[in-house]
Amino acid sequence: MHPIFITIIKRLALGLVTLFVVSAIIFSSVTLLPGDFGEAVLGQAATEETVAAFREELGLDKPAVLRYFEWAGAVLKGDLGTSFSGRSASGVDRSRSVAEMIWPRLKNTLFLAGVTALIAVPLAIILGLSAALYRNTWYDRSINATTLTTISMPEFFVAYVLILLLSSLWKAFPSLATVDPGMLLGERLYRIALPAFTLTLIIVAHMMRMTRAAIINLLASPYIEMARLKGASRSEIILKHALPNAWAPIATVVAFNLAYLVVGVVVVEVVFVYPGVGQLMVDSVTSRDIPVVQACALIFAGTYIILNLIADVIGIVTNPRLLHPR
Amino acid sequence: MSDSTQSPSDYTASSEVGAVRKRRTRRERWWLALKKAPVSAWFGMLVIAGYVFVAVFAPLLAPYGEAEIFPTPFAPWDATHQFGTDQIGRDILTRMIYGARNTMGIALVTTLLSFLIGGGLGLIAAINRSWLDQLLSRMTDVIMAIPSLIFALMLLSIFKPSVASLIFIIAVLDSTRVFRLTRSVAINVVVMDYVEAARLRGEKLSWIMRHEILPNIMPPLVAEFGLRFSFVFLTIASLSFLGVGIQPPTADWGSMVRENASLIQFAQYDIKAGITPLLPAAAIGLLTVAVNFVVDWFLHKSSGLRDEH
Repeated sequence: MHPIFITIIKRLALGLVTLFVVSAIIFSSVTLLPGDFGEAVLGQAATEETVAAFREELGLDKPAVLRYFEWAGAVLKGDLGTSFSGRSASGVDRSRSVAEMIWPRLKNTLFLAGVTALIAVPLAIILGLSAALYRNTWYDRSINATTLTTISMPEFFVAYVLILLLSSLWKAFPSLATVDPGMLLGERLYRIALPAFTLTLIIVAHMMRMTRAAIINLLASPYIEMARLKGASRSEIILKHALPNAWAPIATVVAFNLAYLVVGVVVVEVVFVYPGVGQLMVDSVTSRDIPVVQACALIFAGTYIILNLIADVIGIVTNPRLLHPR
Repeated sequence: MSDSTQSPSDYTASSEVGAVRKRRTRRERWWLALKKAPVSAWFGMLVIAGYVFVAVFAPLLAPYGEAEIFPTPFAPWDATHQFGTDQIGRDILTRMIYGARNTMGIALVTTLLSFLIGGGLGLIAAINRSWLDQLLSRMTDVIMAIPSLIFALMLLSIFKPSVASLIFIIAVLDSTRVFRLTRSVAINVVVMDYVEAARLRGEKLSWIMRHEILPNIMPPLVAEFGLRFSFVFLTIASLSFLGVGIQPPTADWGSMVRENASLIQFAQYDIKAGITPLLPAAAIGLLTVAVNFVVDWFLHKSSGLRDEH
């Protein structure tokens, strides 16, 4: 078997183990809950029977390991449990299933993240490559200074500056990104223009700097010097010599920043009141709706791990030294 | 260095060599390094000094009390309230000043705690490369596999949001990065002969850690401290902005942005009101930029680490 497959399989196995352990950590957060938890959810007036029934529903009387496998099995089938909200002291249960709450929001979040990625990734790579090629010129310096400032600013600052300029002073875009399922694509894009723009600014800054650093690192290596000395043209050096080795770092940079998008999306969704998973997670943390928090955390952490996994696999697959083993 | 009063005619090699070299004092060396610092580093240091000054003397500088409430909410900028009042009528300038103290203080304590945990465990793991090292390293791998803001949100839903739990949660999550760095730089020092000598002398683990290893790994740790501080600072501000961090009535910049955000809609009628919610956010950004500038310069100076080849 080609050694590259063995490397990939090893990496995938490691990723699976990480996913497993992370899911176990997220699950075990429930067991950290204080004892009077049932009353906190059901209210002070809850009778002992309703509290006991609630605890039984959560399965707190069963051993934790057993509960984990039951939970994980259910999650794999798409059942994320039942929300804590909507329950009352009298035992009336109006709670909704978590999956039903998350699905439409997950689509919205993926839409926002997808649009951002479509704009940000090509832009960042082009900016990063050109900044590396023309490094130490005014072009490079001005891009560097701009991106360093954007990186240092909190996401919500960037978001509010954009609202102030593009929504409040010049009424170009709506400041609230409310979308509903019946909307047409164009209308939807118009509504999410500002959140997508905010996320793009943040992501492009990170991605561009990392691309630039990766390329500069590469251009410093002896074999590029060699190519230059033997008289290869500038474009030949970039396309034939540098790029094959640059795919791996660029892929890592892209995946890493898309994973970063996962975190940025939480704050940006809250600023623009966008109905996505991030906003749902923050709301659930405030109301201490643990099953929803768990499900959101699982989605975010899972996406993060899988993106990093993809980056590593791309890094392995495009590595010329691994492709042509001696 | 020869005496500058000597004329070229009576210059001799022996006088050059024989002159007693005066060792520069620590203060002189600091001053020399500072004089060579670029403008950006100077700017950063001045900004940080200003913030620290405001934080330390907050009660003297602030015109009103931290939670003092005035009759008009959302008052415009005028002589009595330089930056107006917030949604329940508290003076914004006062809360900005107290916010410097609270936000920076909490971030500083958190960073110190995370260095205590991460640095300590990192040193132990580097010295004692046994199952303990393996266990700690795998644990940090797992914690770092979850984005820290998401992990913090999850933990905050379980523990009641309070300053103590906030500090503890962020410090533990952040200590993983400190652990990795400390371990990786300390491993190179642990194998040195003088560490071996100290061990053979029968010095205790904690003595070796403090006297042999720590002084040799200080520069990267100091730079990391600056970076971690600005990261922790941003995380706490984001959490407070999301409403699950520092809780009212404690003044802090993140929640101030959240509380006054609706003012932005009035920007076209009164631009001053429009930028009010941006003031605390800008304060956060400015400090992060300043810290980054200083850290950049320090890294450059201490390790010769450069962006360019």
